[in-house]
Amino acid sequence: MPSDAARELQVIREVLAVTEPQSQLLLPTLLEVQRRLGQVPSACVVAAAQHFNLSRADVYGVLTFYHDLRVEPVGDHVVQICQAEACQAVGCRALASHAVRRLGVAMGTTSPDRRVTLEAAYCFGNCACGPTVRIDDSIHGRVTPERFDTLVAALHGPRP
Amino acid sequence: MARVFVPNDTSACSLGAEAVAAAVESALAVSRIDACVVRNGSRGAYALEPLLEVESTDGRIGFPRVEAKHVAALFAAGIPGRSHASCIGVVDQLPFLQRQTRLTFARAGVIDPLAIDAYRANGGFEGLARARILTGAQIVDQIRTSGLRGRGGAAFPAAVKWQTVLEAAGPTKYVVCNADEGDSGTFADRLLIEADPFQLIEGMLIAGLATGATQGYVYLRSEYPRARDVLIRALATARRAGVLGRDACRAGHAFDIELRMGAGAYVCGEETSLLESLEGKRGLVRFKPPVPAISGLFGKPTLIHNVLTLAAVTTILGRGGDAYAALGTGRSRGTMPFQLGGNIANGGIVELPFGATVRSVLQDFGGGSLSGRALRAVQIGGPLGAYLPSSLWDVPLDYEALAAHSAMLGHGGIVAFDDSVDLAEQAQFAMQFCAHESCGKCTPCRIGAVRGVEVIERIRRGERADENVALLQDLCETMETGSLCALGGLTPMPVRSILEHFMEDLVPPRVPNGNGMSR
Repeated sequence: MPSDAARELQVIREVLAVTEPQSQLLLPTLLEVQRRLGQVPSACVVAAAQHFNLSRADVYGVLTFYHDLRVEPVGDHVVQICQAEACQAVGCRALASHAVRRLGVAMGTTSPDRRVTLEAAYCFGNCACGPTVRIDDSIHGRVTPERFDTLVAALHGPRP
Repeated sequence: MARVFVPNDTSACSLGAEAVAAAVESALAVSRIDACVVRNGSRGAYALEPLLEVESTDGRIGFPRVEAKHVAALFAAGIPGRSHASCIGVVDQLPFLQRQTRLTFARAGVIDPLAIDAYRANGGFEGLARARILTGAQIVDQIRTSGLRGRGGAAFPAAVKWQTVLEAAGPTKYVVCNADEGDSGTFADRLLIEADPFQLIEGMLIAGLATGATQGYVYLRSEYPRARDVLIRALATARRAGVLGRDACRAGHAFDIELRMGAGAYVCGEETSLLESLEGKRGLVRFKPPVPAISGLFGKPTLIHNVLTLAAVTTILGRGGDAYAALGTGRSRGTMPFQLGGNIANGGIVELPFGATVRSVLQDFGGGSLSGRALRAVQIGGPLGAYLPSSLWDVPLDYEALAAHSAMLGHGGIVAFDDSVDLAEQAQFAMQFCAHESCGKCTPCRIGAVRGVEVIERIRRGERADENVALLQDLCETMETGSLCALGGLTPMPVRSILEHFMEDLVPPRVPNGNGMSR
């Protein structure tokens, strides 16, 4: 069983091996590494800088600019609660407070058991059917506190 | 074979359409009904979703708000008909849809979004066919005649961009579609891609034909995973069908489209920031000039437009620029797919010629608030748009009329709020959002937004309210005049609109108490 660091390096090498060394592909590359590892580890900064002939500062700058890119691991599931205006108009602030209480996780953090990361997000284009919650890649509309509890109940069980 | 339609756009699925579709498949199998399930996009009448439709002799009839648990009963006696208790009649004749002028959204919810033959059979590729017999200059003439202005928010005359890219020297030019629809309250780009993606592809092909570009990019936000999946499949279908690739525009003029995903940066909806992001960099706003039409992606002439602008081009070429310009009012020509959301009973896509009033959209289509309480404010044009009180709802929805009231149409989002809204909280959020999303290049935006939050907090706490309101106005002016792009430049718009129309939420009026002293 290789260590985490070795496995990460392996994935980074695999992604870079199929990527042309054109700097325009830096962002798609970081997104692909994150898709496979759940985060962009610091080893990727060095490897990507070499691959694209950029400075590490350039890569780090891109990595830290985009909200989606993560330098810390996330939980098994990411729960995002839309906090933009159309959802505010139908009570998303109260839903967010409910979610913090229900999951026992502060907004923008991951639960100690690393099952769930809770975040604010700004608009899923579901503005006529809010409040909206995204859990991983599924988007749910008209989420009441009761419906939220049902949606997240499945996330708390034992790991498969 | 009879067909049963179950929508598959983000909103319908957010309300359970996937489970409904599975339940219908199973009910058809169990009852041995000879019918198939078609996943249409969505009509954008979201109060009805999931809206199940079946074909009848009168046209497609609808069954609104279907839940998976209702499906077995609905199909117990075969395909349900008009006499079924939950049927709302022929969908095309519903007032919400019949009162609209659907050009861009004519096919949305009608066809299977990924069936290229259905697209063709319903008027698709007619604009491209017309464009193929015209020269680049003649195509641009049609755009000019139509009066089309950029639908992303800035409302810049589209023909000026097209002409500039057409005339630009050099063999390499690009067409870029801005699908980074980050404004809260807007979802027309998303629905267009999810319900009628070939229309966007056709619009980009026409842009390629007109300008000589051979490569297109769609920059899509990551918050739209379903639109991403639909577009990936539509692009693959278009390549297989020869719609994209060699000779796509005309013999000897290839065109292909690459999909690139954003990564959660609101500012990348600004066109120069988007181009930086496409080049793999931080999405920092660029100085203009040079404009992208002269030096855009990788320094090459680039035609960059929002999804709705490129989609409108198919209608303009198909029906003629004159026919498009015949709709609308003043300098706002054609139709606009308004997006009605927030606290509203019947939200969704309302495509109308420019010039309808806010009130008519809220009442005739929206049907009042969702909560049942009185509506108090609407925010038009996304997080950078003004909040308008009911005294201004008779203003027509056109670019100039709204600008005359220090408001803007933006990308056409209309978010309704009932009387429980605290506009002081909304003003503070406008600044918070700017602070969260600022790219950091301009100091008035990067620092000003943070200071804006603090000043509004002080006003809300009642600390030296008059002084701090004056300071806030001053800060707004600095941001407006000292920011490169619309994020810093327009964040003051919602704040100032609240200062102008809803001051009572920020600074409660002084009321005399029993001693004759004001509190």
